[in-house]
Amino acid sequence: MSALNIKKGSTSHSAYDLRDPYAEVIESHTLAVIVANESGVLARVIGLFSGRGYNIDSLTVAEVDHAGHRSRITIVTRGTPQVIEQIKAQLGRLVPVHEVHDLTVEGPAVQRELALIKVAGKGESRIEALRLAEIFRANVVDSTLESFVFEMTGTPDKIDAFADLMRPLGLREVARTGVAALARGL
Amino acid sequence: MTKANASAMTGAKMIVKALKDQGVEVVFGYPGGAVLPIYDEIFLQNDIRHVLVRHEQGAIHMAEGYARSTGKPGVALVTSGPGATNAVTGLTDALLDSIPLVVLSGQVPTFMIGTDGFQEADTVGITRPCTKMNWLVRDTAQLAETIHTAFHVATSGRPGPVLIDIPKDVQFATSEYVTKEKIKVPHYQPKVKGDVEAITRLVELLETAERPVFYTGGGVINSGPAASQLLRELVEATGFPITSTLMGLGAYPASGKSWLGMLGMHGLYEANLAMHGCDLMINIGARFDDRITGRVADFSPHSVKAHIDIDPSSINKVIRVDVPIVGDVGHVLEDLLRIWKSRGRKVNKEGLAKWWKQIAEWKAVNCLDYKPSEKTIKPQYALQRLEALTKGMDRYITTEVGQHQMWAAQFLGFEAPNRWMTSGGLGTMGYGLPASIGVQIAHPEALVINVAGEASWLMNMQEMGTAMQFRAPVKQFILNNERLGMVRQWQELLHGERYSHSWSESLPDFVKLAEAFGCKGIKCEDPKDLDDAIMEMIRYDGPVIFDCLVEKHENCFPMIPSGKPHNEMLLGEAETQGVIKAGGAVLV
Ligand SMILES: Cc1ncc(C[n+]2csc(CCOP(=O)(O)OP(=O)(O)O)c2C)c(N)n1
Ligand SMILES: [Mg+2]
Repeated sequence: MSALNIKKGSTSHSAYDLRDPYAEVIESHTLAVIVANESGVLARVIGLFSGRGYNIDSLTVAEVDHAGHRSRITIVTRGTPQVIEQIKAQLGRLVPVHEVHDLTVEGPAVQRELALIKVAGKGESRIEALRLAEIFRANVVDSTLESFVFEMTGTPDKIDAFADLMRPLGLREVARTGVAALARGL
Repeated sequence: MTKANASAMTGAKMIVKALKDQGVEVVFGYPGGAVLPIYDEIFLQNDIRHVLVRHEQGAIHMAEGYARSTGKPGVALVTSGPGATNAVTGLTDALLDSIPLVVLSGQVPTFMIGTDGFQEADTVGITRPCTKMNWLVRDTAQLAETIHTAFHVATSGRPGPVLIDIPKDVQFATSEYVTKEKIKVPHYQPKVKGDVEAITRLVELLETAERPVFYTGGGVINSGPAASQLLRELVEATGFPITSTLMGLGAYPASGKSWLGMLGMHGLYEANLAMHGCDLMINIGARFDDRITGRVADFSPHSVKAHIDIDPSSINKVIRVDVPIVGDVGHVLEDLLRIWKSRGRKVNKEGLAKWWKQIAEWKAVNCLDYKPSEKTIKPQYALQRLEALTKGMDRYITTEVGQHQMWAAQFLGFEAPNRWMTSGGLGTMGYGLPASIGVQIAHPEALVINVAGEASWLMNMQEMGTAMQFRAPVKQFILNNERLGMVRQWQELLHGERYSHSWSESLPDFVKLAEAFGCKGIKCEDPKDLDDAIMEMIRYDGPVIFDCLVEKHENCFPMIPSGKPHNEMLLGEAETQGVIKAGGAVLV
């Protein structure tokens, strides 16, 4: 019953296929979400991501304004441009959310993460680990005769790179804080 | 010891006072251990009426019916644990249909939280995804402010259900009452005025469009009666055709000359083809739901789309639009009309004339046509008679979910907003009976009819007890096909006529059931008796269960199968063989 003679060039077969066929690029965005520091707010934010099937690559949260009871949640997420816009709109309409900033589009931003990295080893590999730590400006915050704990801050990529180098040298454990990020300048 | 203050009171007293200060007249509820202090306070006063339901799900749907028919928030009160979990379906229903509700739940005392105490449930955890916002109040000093904030949140912006979980010790403890004027201004203040530049851009499009269509939804109703009035003015002044979602029926009158009827999966042929063929789509307070769009990639392929919505997350969620306008429908329409008038009230008359000619051809298809019968009552016929015999009365309609719901939307005409209450987003069987009671409590003199399917109706039939106790003369008009009709229809079309568990055996004798509840039962199976039976139902001063035995295997048409575009619509039995391919079968 083609009452209107309309050409169909669709590749989608599902009413639920909401992906934009023209913008299948997946982008990573860092969002700063300023929320009222009330119980349940973090659960609401996380529930939004899990309930609607959005990705969380990293999430950090801490109170940043004690007097104003404000917390800052920094979320690194991935998706098509349309999904990223949805995520921001969905976050923005949560009642306890005060502000949503997309640091990836609002201008240059600095991103830092802190990691503690435990490496065990003796002999050559132990010396090599220490040498690399110096290059990466990682500090030794604990050492025994068989192990180091390095502390380093940097972008997530830098931490990934360092951890990868440590793997053959005796990497045991990594603890990471997740990303904190701020826009550059005023 | 602190000095006793004049405005100090127990948490329980505070709750009742806060409700009064918020103008609450009725609370739908069910008591239990964790809310007994509140019930004590309810006992001691006469301003707020409490309607005792038979199941907490019923309380929430009643509150929804009350809210949708009055425009005011509905209020419900439930106990902890099972009381709260029974409320979950209703909360989800209200969330999906954007209905303002304030639900109060009791909780075990604060010092027992986390111990798996008797009737303890993580109510704020369970209801977080099905509320617009919820709160656990741990301190009586926060209670009044939280309740006032809750009313603000439920009714501002895109309305929705909120829940306040109140531990029993918080109800007993005393503190200072905070009036609603004294609370600090909540930061939650959604934007209601639309961007004037975007509105002007839409006006420019209105001036030149050749094939425009208004696609309206529940947002118009939620915006209030003034929004419906402005919509009517806009439609009359421009002469554009208008269609509406299930949720928006009544905002524009069904008797209006620009009315195309409902659109969507079971919408009218002319409405869906107008959506498909338009060059300008003006979405006012609707959300491009999958029941409306069909296959997204083929949705209205040649139109410029404008979207007015108070919720920014509705914009570009499913369908990319060209002119997004975030704001309250009433405010935006006011500006739209003003700007359009000030620019000379221009429309493309020639284009419109051709467009209406095309629409007239589509209308001539007469898509709601069905094969009449002298022997059995066709469900469509039953609704046509109901419509004819109740038209012009002070009438409110609720429905359950299924074929009967779609037929009701197709065959009943709504002339005003807030007269049609149906579970749209969640599709909750069991909604209609309690909703009808909520409507009737708000409008005691009106004729309130629940158009029901027998299967849905059984889901909350215990609420007939509530109707009897509170003298709510609701009319339960059951289109009894002895089938889960809508499921059966899908099985016929999608699953090779394998009717797996889609019929009801051992149905109750509805007339005897009515007698058991103490109300009136009417049974009708001959089309010739139908008018008299309907009149008997209307005239009876009290609740009625009307068992209308209808054709068992009638299908609801038109139908756009899942995953199909608007211009691939099924109109009748002949076209239904093997129409839905595997790709469509996975959809709901
Ligand atoms: C709570 C709930 N369970 C299941 C469904 C799925 N469902 C949708 S319509 C329907 C059949 C409804 O039967 P009935 O109320 O008799 O209405 P009819 O379609 O026969 O008019 C079912 C089972 C639902 N919508 N809600
Ligand atoms: Mg049925």
